Amino acid sequence: MNKITKICGKCIPLEMNDVDTDLIIPAQYLTSTSQKGYGENLFKRLKDQSPEFVFNQHKYLGASILITKENFGCGSSREHAVWALQEYGIQAIIASSFADIFSGNSLKNRLILIQMDKEIINKLILNSKKNDYFLDIHIVHNKIYSSLDEDFSFEMDNYQKSCFINGFDEFDYLLSFRNKIEEFKQQQIKDNIIPSYNRNPK
Amino acid sequence: MQKNIVDKIWEKHLINHSEGNFSICGIDFSFLHEVTSAQAFQKLEDRGIAIMNPKQFIATIDHSIPTRPNRNEIFDLAAKNQVELLRHNAQKHDIPFFDFDSGHQGIVHAIGPELGITQPGMTIVCGDSHTATHGAFGTLAFGIGTSELAHVLATGCLLLKKPKVMKVEFKGQKEEGIYAKDLIMKLISTIGIGGATGYVIEYTGQVIKNMSMEERMTICNMSIECGAKAGLINPDQTTYEYLKERPFSPKIEQWEKIISYWNSFVSDENCFYDKEIIIDIFAMQPMVTWGTNPAQAIEINSLIPTKIQVSPAEEIMYENAIQYMQLNGGDKIEGTPIDWAFIGSCTNGRIEDLRICAKILKDRKVHPSVTLYIVPASEGVLQQAKKEGLDFIFKNAGADFRMPGCSLCLGMNDDKVPAGKRCISSTNRNFVGRQGTGSYTHLASPATVAASSIRGKITSPLEFL
Repeated sequence: MNKITKICGKCIPLEMNDVDTDLIIPAQYLTSTSQKGYGENLFKRLKDQSPEFVFNQHKYLGASILITKENFGCGSSREHAVWALQEYGIQAIIASSFADIFSGNSLKNRLILIQMDKEIINKLILNSKKNDYFLDIHIVHNKIYSSLDEDFSFEMDNYQKSCFINGFDEFDYLLSFRNKIEEFKQQQIKDNIIPSYNRNPK
Repeated sequence: MQKNIVDKIWEKHLINHSEGNFSICGIDFSFLHEVTSAQAFQKLEDRGIAIMNPKQFIATIDHSIPTRPNRNEIFDLAAKNQVELLRHNAQKHDIPFFDFDSGHQGIVHAIGPELGITQPGMTIVCGDSHTATHGAFGTLAFGIGTSELAHVLATGCLLLKKPKVMKVEFKGQKEEGIYAKDLIMKLISTIGIGGATGYVIEYTGQVIKNMSMEERMTICNMSIECGAKAGLINPDQTTYEYLKERPFSPKIEQWEKIISYWNSFVSDENCFYDKEIIIDIFAMQPMVTWGTNPAQAIEINSLIPTKIQVSPAEEIMYENAIQYMQLNGGDKIEGTPIDWAFIGSCTNGRIEDLRICAKILKDRKVHPSVTLYIVPASEGVLQQAKKEGLDFIFKNAGADFRMPGCSLCLGMNDDKVPAGKRCISSTNRNFVGRQGTGSYTHLASPATVAASSIRGKITSPLEFL
């Protein structure tokens, strides 16, 4: 896995709570069997609905940091939402909260999620609406520096941080426990507590 | 120390503990469907890793398939390819696949329980957020992404943090015309769409104890709609009666032993919860949504909220929702004209839902301006409905009784609500364009959907019962 210690980029503000993954990537684009091709349909419904929508505005072209509000990524478990954001070019999302499955999916794909207080979010949104607003996110030091000379601190749990800065691969980590896992599964069969293992349907 | 059901399931599945961090947790079973699995199989292939235990999986097709009678012919080439790839992957890896002609095809959250795969004390996952449905059986079941599915395929495990547990109790009595769907919508509208983020919900109390398994599944199904990772209910006699003699259930000779094992997953009295919530259902009315998320729901006889009733922080979202839905704050929700009606999905496509619907539609007609789709959640439900003659009632009423699948719940198969049309739906999500770009969705119980389809407008089922 690639290591990430820093993200620098332009901000795009999405002033909404409860942005669901259906909005991020509508279901009709989920019939593909690959991980590619979702970027062009990112926020497709909102883009089609209004020319004013931020992802239609020229001034935010090339943005890589999305600033949004509460409960971002709620609803469906579709990882396609993360793939769509990344393919578009979003590398980090700053919000006041994130939905649970979306957070897990983001981490697995190295999309950085940063949680910050509502007041700071409001400030970041305001700044990015007014200016060409750039942020410099230093993951190692839990610091964000802005193009308006502000700095903000954020919290990130050690595990997440280690995933980013060390390129920690969960898949390899889990595989390294293979023997212990086998042992556990064998014990379950021995105890006959997971009947589905010995299933013999009528 | 007294433990709750989540503590007990967690301890039984912990393979490597890491204090306050991600532990390795054993996953007993995973369902696979066509939409979220292809990329996971590909990941394994790319790394040259085999599936650890194919017996831990069952695959079926539900999301992207048509529900018309000749559904084997999939006209959408991408959807066809997706289905064929799952068929191929299942065969290649020796995973049982419930195809169209298997007699067991259906929405994963319907077939797991009805085949007796879903059992108390298990951990179950699927690349679908409504996996929470299986929690009705005292199972820790939750939706995962495709990367996590790859982890489960390769190792039968996941990296998980022990979730916090929220206890939810419905207080009062469930009156006639009020269904499990109304209760869960009441909870979501009370605590909000992110109200249970970071928690697993344990539903407790007499109202839940009195419910059938199918009602409990409806409750657990929608746990994700208030942000919960999962929802579950202590197993009891109702659970065991339901599971007895189902195809994958333990054999009857092992029954006593397995029940005593299952009973070990009941929360202890006075155990600890991170949060407790009581929802008063005294004299409540059927629920219906007015907005664009499941929390924007009200009792059917009340008025759509006005701008001054929402907090300043919610104003933008309120405006967006009311504008999208083409409604006015202060108007009655009851009486809003509808064009489409849908009964089905993993929330409310089970046999009990169809029976309620048939009871209301019997000797009545669907309003001429309304298209009513009734879609059983599984082949099992379809066969049972035919056995009971429900198909004739639906046909006589002018409804379209279709083949099993996710259908109109999400706009990713042939079934879509056209742009500009308003649908009352027994599903779980009313997000913008969820049932088809430009469509409007009102969530309600199957009874409310059936009643509304007769009147051609949002109607309380109470007048038909």
